Amino acid sequence: MSVIHVDVVSATEEIYSGEAKCVFAPASMGEIGIYPKHVALISTLKPGEVRVETENGMESIFVSGGIIEVQPDTVTIFSDTAIRANDLDESKALEAKQRAEEAMSNAQGAQDVSSTQAALAESLVQLQMISKMRGKKR
Amino acid sequence: MAVGKEIRTQIKSIKNTQKITSAMEMVAASKMKKAQDRMQASRPYAEKILNVIGHLTHANSEFKHPYMTASEENKRVGVIVISSDRGLCGGLNTNLFRSLLKDIAAWQSDKVDVELCTIGKKSTSFFKNTGLTINSVLTDLGDTPHFDDLLGAIKVMLDRYDSGEIDQIMIAYNRFENTMTQVPTVKQIVPMEITDEESMDHHWDYIYEPDAETALSALLVRYIEALVYQGIVENIACEQSSRMVAMHSATENAGDMIDELELIYNKARQAAITQEISEIVAGAAAV
Repeated sequence: MSVIHVDVVSATEEIYSGEAKCVFAPASMGEIGIYPKHVALISTLKPGEVRVETENGMESIFVSGGIIEVQPDTVTIFSDTAIRANDLDESKALEAKQRAEEAMSNAQGAQDVSSTQAALAESLVQLQMISKMRGKKR
Repeated sequence: MAVGKEIRTQIKSIKNTQKITSAMEMVAASKMKKAQDRMQASRPYAEKILNVIGHLTHANSEFKHPYMTASEENKRVGVIVISSDRGLCGGLNTNLFRSLLKDIAAWQSDKVDVELCTIGKKSTSFFKNTGLTINSVLTDLGDTPHFDDLLGAIKVMLDRYDSGEIDQIMIAYNRFENTMTQVPTVKQIVPMEITDEESMDHHWDYIYEPDAETALSALLVRYIEALVYQGIVENIACEQSSRMVAMHSATENAGDMIDELELIYNKARQAAITQEISEIVAGAAAV
């Protein structure tokens, strides 16, 4: 009986590693089942359940999205630790920019200012977000 | 006894400092262990992605992603600088900044502009005084950084790369060699430096779902994020071990100072006693 090697990893830890008879994964175009000697494939994953069928039964792992790479004898699943949404990433990027502007405008300040500055930037951003949300509700 | 009151207060205050430094040493030692574990745990992810990227370069893909092809001329470099939030960790941050400043000077003499993304308070406060452009800042990550926290800062950099405003992205952090050695490292992350191994005889390609571009960019963005995350985690391990070493030597130095001061104090006390006796003897002889 041929087996396939399965690795499920996330950025912070190795979640599963071992041999399996087959693997089911929630690919973005619909669930796929992978048996040994599958053709090479790369696909993005939707949030869902990855099922690994081993000799001793089913192993079930939840992924919040990610990527799957299939080679004839190995399957690698990169699970996302972060919940991704474009607008969420966008707001985080804005926050980071904001902090940079804040830091640049106080360029001549003493070194100790940095912590107060960060706090200020943070609250400013929070205020911004709140006003944005209020604007949306109206 | 009134002798050497100043010395005694001095000894006391040094002893208090010593208590603090030795406590910090112990805290750093225990945090270092955890940071090292986290560093180990995050390794397989980046390694596995690198594997896949290795396969990709062998695969005969019709689509070349911009992160994998270098632009013709290099006019602007983005550097992600990772430092600690807190000080008292020896020369860790200073060494990194110094080696980075050397690189920046080299770029500037080649007419290459530099812009920065600073992670950690120390790099933010250091580089804002150098007159370089900072395009994003990330601080207060703490000892256990969360992956989602750093997405924003990386996105700023990648967006600027996508729009062609920067041609190269570098990362500067301390590489963890062992407890005693941390190596300031500046390395390129985008475009990827792909080592061209011997090409395989048979040409093959992946099936991409939903399409080559989406799947590839998802993979490459994750790889870059994993690299930065790894850098941050590694830098934290460096910070803790460097702090442990710094605090250890501070504790030792405090001990040395206490020894010296105690010697001075005892000498002064002895001198006072001797003087008192000789005064008494001289007084008795005079009677």
